[in-house]
Amino acid sequence: MSSALPWYVLLLPFVSAATIVLLTRRNGGVSAFISVGAALIGFVCSCVIFASPETTALELSWINLKPFLDVPLGFILDDLSKTMLVLVTGVGALIHIYSLGYMRDDTGKARYFAALSLFMFSMLGIVLANNFVMMFIFWELVGVSSYLLIGHWFTRDSAAEAANKAFLTNRIGDFGFMLGILMVWASTGTVVFGELAGQMSNLTAHPGYLTAAALLIFCGAVGKSAQFPLHVWLPDAMEGPTPISALIHAATMVAAGVYMLVRVSFLVQASAPALTVIAWIGTITALMAGLIATQQNDIKRILAYSTLSQLGYMVMAVGLASGEAAMFHLFTHAFFKALLFLGAGAIIIMLHHEQNIWKMGGLAGKLRVTFGTFLVGTLALIGCPPFSGFFSKDTILGLAHEKNAVIFHLALFTAFLTAFYTTRLVVVVFFGKARSEEAEHGKEAPLVMTGPLLVLAVPAALAGFGFFANKFLHLPHLEGEGNAVRILPLAAMLTGVALAFFLYRKRETDPIDLAILRRRFYFDELYAWLIHATQYSFARIAAFFDRWIIDAGAVRGASNATFGLGSLLRLFQVGNLQAYAFLFGLGIIGIIYLTVFS
Amino acid sequence: MATLGNYLIVSGLLFTIGFAGVMLRRNIIIIFMSLELMLNAANLSLVAFSRFRVDSAGLPNYHAQVFVFFIITVAAAEVAVGLAIIVALYRARQTAHVEDISSLKY
Repeated sequence: MSSALPWYVLLLPFVSAATIVLLTRRNGGVSAFISVGAALIGFVCSCVIFASPETTALELSWINLKPFLDVPLGFILDDLSKTMLVLVTGVGALIHIYSLGYMRDDTGKARYFAALSLFMFSMLGIVLANNFVMMFIFWELVGVSSYLLIGHWFTRDSAAEAANKAFLTNRIGDFGFMLGILMVWASTGTVVFGELAGQMSNLTAHPGYLTAAALLIFCGAVGKSAQFPLHVWLPDAMEGPTPISALIHAATMVAAGVYMLVRVSFLVQASAPALTVIAWIGTITALMAGLIATQQNDIKRILAYSTLSQLGYMVMAVGLASGEAAMFHLFTHAFFKALLFLGAGAIIIMLHHEQNIWKMGGLAGKLRVTFGTFLVGTLALIGCPPFSGFFSKDTILGLAHEKNAVIFHLALFTAFLTAFYTTRLVVVVFFGKARSEEAEHGKEAPLVMTGPLLVLAVPAALAGFGFFANKFLHLPHLEGEGNAVRILPLAAMLTGVALAFFLYRKRETDPIDLAILRRRFYFDELYAWLIHATQYSFARIAAFFDRWIIDAGAVRGASNATFGLGSLLRLFQVGNLQAYAFLFGLGIIGIIYLTVFS
Repeated sequence: MATLGNYLIVSGLLFTIGFAGVMLRRNIIIIFMSLELMLNAANLSLVAFSRFRVDSAGLPNYHAQVFVFFIITVAAAEVAVGLAIIVALYRARQTAHVEDISSLKY
């Protein structure tokens, strides 16, 4: 059954964004209403699409240069995209509602909701696109809307800089992505995913070429999903409003990279070296971000590094050739990480934009709903059974155990770190004594904010169960899982929790102080130095070239040559008529001599 | 009986006088007249060539004479234009001396 419903889902947020920008920009309340309405209708439509398995979308022809290039405006509606559709619109709708409370007094409310709708449009575009070109366009649109939202409070220098950093870092990855798309297209002549799968023989015939193409496409995911070494933008992106951190920088946008990899998994999995690289990048990211998170003091940064770490798990799963496991973790992670961020947002706004965890404390009794839901998110994040994260992380760890022992142990250590830093966060923020004036007088957030928390807590707790997960995803069946694989993650998790609990209970300041972790392995400094070194030396070469070759050589050289020739010729212009006549006569004699005597 | 050489010597003398006038005189009208003298020197030599180059029937070669007519006609037109320029120049500069007309010198 062909249906226009997916088009509605895609275009509703776009219409909402356009309406807000063009008509209701001055009225924040109406704008918010339009945006939230579009998100809710989108969610309902997505559920309808999800429930009707035979739906196919209308396909329009867009760029038709057969046989070289044919780019349709078409949608792919399989289990993968439908799951993402429900996930994005569902979490998105909740966060729209939450934003009503969080951004209530913001002067740029209309702008915020317009950008939020634009983001929904672009993200849904990535999810639904059935070809690389469409996906790339929406991919860039996601980058733009992320830029707009990170820089929402653009009067703050740090926010404006974070927005720039996010956009530029993403562009690096996107450039690789584009090259990868071009390589695939050059080899197979098609950019449509469905046709690509049938044309793989063109690629597999040249393993080196295939690996290069797969890794370049992975570059896009490295940028968007903030993997090492392009991870630096995500923690800075926390300068944006907290609902944005929840929606874009935890649940959906950063998952786009993983989603894309799973979407083209047939391509990635065809190249074993590419898979190895992907698995290791994921492992490194997971481990590094976990280490850094243990020494951060900003509540949102801790969550940001935890997001990085979990994204590392997902990429690791992709690298271990199981897109299903990656999607499963993406699915559960979207719920519990959005929940954690929204909880953090509720704390932050009730403490008047205080984000330092050492200025909080003792909030468990004051923000009961927030605490309860935050705890659910925490338990899911650290992989405590029977919460959702346990199942998805267990799947990935089991997979790692089966495929690669080193990666398995590193992932296990990361699981320990996850438990450690998350417990540290919870203990410092919610337990003990209040460490600041604001924390003393913290009050519970309004219903419009706690409501989404409560709703999100349900899937965060339950999304891992088979009846829930299998409905959405087809999980890999792991064979020969020993008891060790089941017990080790649990042991790691319990060790982490216990260690953090006893270390941070009743502390006023951080007992551990590791500068290298607190300064995030000096990545920002390293990049600043690298950019300084490369860019400035390049700029100096360019300046030299410009000054001495272009200016002095080409431009002034040409003018000087003309000028010199002119002043030479000018010597003949004596201004004496008879001299001219004499020279003229000489010339005539010369010509006669030449014509007659030679 | 004058030979072709005699005519050519006279023509060469006239041409030299004209050339010397063009080279040495300062008054633009005199230069102009010298120029005409050079043209007529050329005419004289052309007519002489015509007179001394006879075909088997004893008729001279008239091509050169026709050529002379053309030169006279063109010279008349040239004089009309040239004198007009000189008059305009004199009106603009109040001088007919070539040394005073040097504004194109660098």
